[in-house]
Amino acid sequence: MDFLGILSSSVSFILAPTTLAYALATLGLAVHFGFGGLLNMGMAGFMALGAYGYAIGVLTFGLPWYLAAFVGIGAAIVFALILGIPTLRLRGDYLAIVTIAAAEIVRLLLLSSAFGGVTGSADGLSGFNGPGGTITNPTEGAGGFDQSNPIPAGTYGFPPFLDNERIWYLRIVGAIILGLAIFIVWRLVNSPWGRVIKGIREDEDAVRSLGKNVFAYKMQALIIGGVLGALGGLMLAFSTNVNSSVYVTSLTFFLWTALLLGGAATVFGPLAGSIIFWVLQAFLGLLFPALAEVGLMPFSTIQAAQIKFIIVGFALVLLVVFRPQGLFGNKKELTFVK
Amino acid sequence: MSSSKASSSPVKSTGLHVGAIKPGVAKKDPILVADGVRRQFGGLVAVDVEHVEIPRNAITALIGPNGAGKTTFFNLLTGFDQPNDGKWSFNGKSLAGVSAFKVARLGLIRTFQLTKALGLLTVMDNMKLGSTEQRGEKLSASLFPFLWKKKDAEIEAKALEILHRFKLDEKKDDFAASLSGGQRKLLEMARALMTNPELVMLDEPMAGVNPALTESLLEHILNLKQEGMTVLFVEHDMHMVRHIADWVIVMAEGKVVAEGAPDEVMKNPAVIDAYLGSHQDIDLGTVTGRITLPKEK
Amino acid sequence: MRTRSTMRRRIARLASALSAFALAFGVLAIAAPAQADVVNAEMPFKVSGNVQNEGNPVGGVTVTLTGAAGFTATVATDAEGKFVVGVPAKEADYTVTLDETTLPDGIAVIDNPATPFVEANVQTLTVGPGGRATMNFFIGQGERHTTSFIDQVVQRLISGLNFGLMLALASVGLSLIYGTTGISNFAHAELVTFGAVATFGLVGLMGPDLLWIAIPLALVLSAGLGWGLDAALWAPLRRRGMGLVQLMIVSIGLSLGIRYTYQFFIGGQTEQLPGSDAERFKLFGSVTLSITDIVSMGLSVILIVAFALWLSRTKIGKATRAISDNPSLAASSGIDVDGVVRIVWIIGSVLAGFSGILWAYFRPGIRWDMGGQILLLIFAATTLGGLGTAYGALVGSLIVGVLVEGSSLFIPSDLKYVGALVILIGILLFRPQGILGRKERVG
Repeated sequence: MDFLGILSSSVSFILAPTTLAYALATLGLAVHFGFGGLLNMGMAGFMALGAYGYAIGVLTFGLPWYLAAFVGIGAAIVFALILGIPTLRLRGDYLAIVTIAAAEIVRLLLLSSAFGGVTGSADGLSGFNGPGGTITNPTEGAGGFDQSNPIPAGTYGFPPFLDNERIWYLRIVGAIILGLAIFIVWRLVNSPWGRVIKGIREDEDAVRSLGKNVFAYKMQALIIGGVLGALGGLMLAFSTNVNSSVYVTSLTFFLWTALLLGGAATVFGPLAGSIIFWVLQAFLGLLFPALAEVGLMPFSTIQAAQIKFIIVGFALVLLVVFRPQGLFGNKKELTFVK
Repeated sequence: MSSSKASSSPVKSTGLHVGAIKPGVAKKDPILVADGVRRQFGGLVAVDVEHVEIPRNAITALIGPNGAGKTTFFNLLTGFDQPNDGKWSFNGKSLAGVSAFKVARLGLIRTFQLTKALGLLTVMDNMKLGSTEQRGEKLSASLFPFLWKKKDAEIEAKALEILHRFKLDEKKDDFAASLSGGQRKLLEMARALMTNPELVMLDEPMAGVNPALTESLLEHILNLKQEGMTVLFVEHDMHMVRHIADWVIVMAEGKVVAEGAPDEVMKNPAVIDAYLGSHQDIDLGTVTGRITLPKEK
Repeated sequence: MRTRSTMRRRIARLASALSAFALAFGVLAIAAPAQADVVNAEMPFKVSGNVQNEGNPVGGVTVTLTGAAGFTATVATDAEGKFVVGVPAKEADYTVTLDETTLPDGIAVIDNPATPFVEANVQTLTVGPGGRATMNFFIGQGERHTTSFIDQVVQRLISGLNFGLMLALASVGLSLIYGTTGISNFAHAELVTFGAVATFGLVGLMGPDLLWIAIPLALVLSAGLGWGLDAALWAPLRRRGMGLVQLMIVSIGLSLGIRYTYQFFIGGQTEQLPGSDAERFKLFGSVTLSITDIVSMGLSVILIVAFALWLSRTKIGKATRAISDNPSLAASSGIDVDGVVRIVWIIGSVLAGFSGILWAYFRPGIRWDMGGQILLLIFAATTLGGLGTAYGALVGSLIVGVLVEGSSLFIPSDLKYVGALVILIGILLFRPQGILGRKERVG
């Protein structure tokens, strides 16, 4: 059993583009729930809109990648508005159910063969990052994201971070977006706006009685978090093909686990939680099958690969029960306002 | 500002009404006028106020048995609930259909029966939240500290001054949740003052407050009047009402059943039977005997 | 203050809960199949395929493969109309048969005009040296006989009622748990799946002929699971005074953990319960019903009526409603709230488990996430009817069931759940108390 190989593969997840993507979405969830108290269980929907918006922007509308990205962001904003206007006055657990339902509707619509021409239905979309183009005309059109890579072809870095120029470009782009996002969220949260949001999280009526337009604040938080989710989806789309089977409710639940792990009401918690979560899940996902192969576990290799998910589920339970403030949260500030 | 004089013998406002005293009597200078306000929950009529006027720059007490509709009436007037019917105006401006936060911005501030001090924020943050002038609360400005830092300092100074008055300044960096119940009530009142209100509506300000703190609260309420604000408060403690209220409005079963100066209202036989019980003049209350504490300096 | 007897009681309770879990999952583990239908070490090659009706995927269609040395595997197409079967040998021939009775009505496999004497729903194919083969069934409208719209409507209606009754069994449990404890229990889906999975496991142990014993036994195990969950998890958390949001997230974590435990034992493929390919017989026109449909609807109705009587006539039933209404008042009038809540959990789990068995016959097929597929529908049904009221859950479920089945007349079948989800959102927006619920007094 190649333990060193497993370790090395897992550690490489720290700087993986997908980890950065999930960190962005988790940061969005921190804005929603950690700071705003909004129980958004539909973050996967925002990510899907970011990813598909970008891909469709390139393939169907023929936009260059930097404009197509705004299609994704725009779709997320519209989704936040549609979702928020009627639902922001709902009680917590009602909002949770509505957001799950909304995200599922988005996924089902993207999956349905009814719109397959644009969404690729069950097959998803691909080929939008390179020069080659639309679904109907594969040789024309340009997303051009890959072409924008200034790094010359080659392999860089050192194990376990030894990768080609494409991965490094993704890492840099992801790090820049994430860095900006963290900076902006940090600024927001420590400003008077952030103060109002934290008040709203605890008691809307109190804040209302002081003359603040609570609905507007919640909507702003919803949109900001939603845009961050869309940026996460965008990063995923830069890295790989888009497929609706990724944006399922389980993804949202994994994001929540990462969020709570790091500390929901912190700015760096989402990043820390994401890194720990995805490195761990990579590690366990490789470790258990390897153990099974060597015969150290009485299960088949396929079964062994599932164990990590079981652990995630029960770990979430333990996390919420015994350490709801996560690793870096402040117990006094309490993640969960009753 | 000397406060001992105010607490031992508040100057009552008189001549607030126009014409014969009856439920709904007009006032010389009403700050709030309500007409036909009605709220029904299924078959239960919670509020059915034909007409009531609240006099400006006076302290009005709203009393009545539990379930009389006082808090519901507060909720309706301040936009936290929607009536089935009725209209009401504040400084001549109609408030019907105006949302709660806009009502607050107009200068009508209310507190809650169950104190809503924001426990997860510090005392100072609570106070800063009260200010309506901080541009940094807007999303666009919040990202640029240079736009709001100066104002924040000004607000902090004002907050410190008020906190000092309420004797909470030493706790300014503590989380509000660590304050005692009475201190939280004071914080809620202090915070309300940050908004520069015209009319302050207090929902049972004395509820759950230990007697030592009661004098403090009474003083602060009297100060509000001295600074030109109008106060409307709900209370059950008749001694306190008699002590500081200029005017008393009695509600029962959703309707206004009596109005007038405190002494006269409490002699009204219907009010006595329905609510006060006929032993009000005998000292059963918590406040009598404590109001005229040894004078401060 | 923890006395020794309290500790002993707690340990005893925890131990019983753990044994209930062990029993429940133990059955699963023993009876887990040899994973004949997935590609793995024993079945390293695969046949995959598509069943499509004029370009639209058809889910829930049963396809059977037979091959040399008595190899046989049965699988149902998933929601995207796809199926995958692991086969033992490459460079071999297999026969694939599509069971037309599992097709939606009015459609059949299109006969190939070139081979008029070969039944189109049976095909042979060869898995070549590559080890993989793909094949498709294409289906058209009304090749055999035309179906009138009325017939389709009636068929959808019956189907919808069947589905609705099944949803109702799951929903009343969820609604009562919400009513008495305030928890929106996301793990309810896993209680539904448990009934099907436990039955499957028991049938694997005892053989298909003892199905009539396996089902009640599975329900007993469901009861045990529900009891165990409350004893070991929910009651202690409630006693701690944990907030509702936290409890909801606990239920999400629980749902994930249990769901993947199921996948761990039964894999990713679809299994069938015996009798799921029962004969369908004609009611009138082209409306057909199978014996399982009738039995399932009948049993649902009986159970629901029994439950309704329990709720309104018995002391415990009334206590349940009292607690849903006002827990502190109920407690102060001498009702043993914890005990009643425990019973609610047990009954809710049994009903959910039975609903899972019916769902396994309706889909048809057992999958590790089958409960999760209808969780949102269950939420839709309970909120539509009124969260916290059992009768509301029933009404809501019937409406959702008929709506979901009926909507496939007008919109593409892979979007049929969207209609129900839109309704869910709509209800929460405009009438959050649902049809039968009472409006909550704010503040």
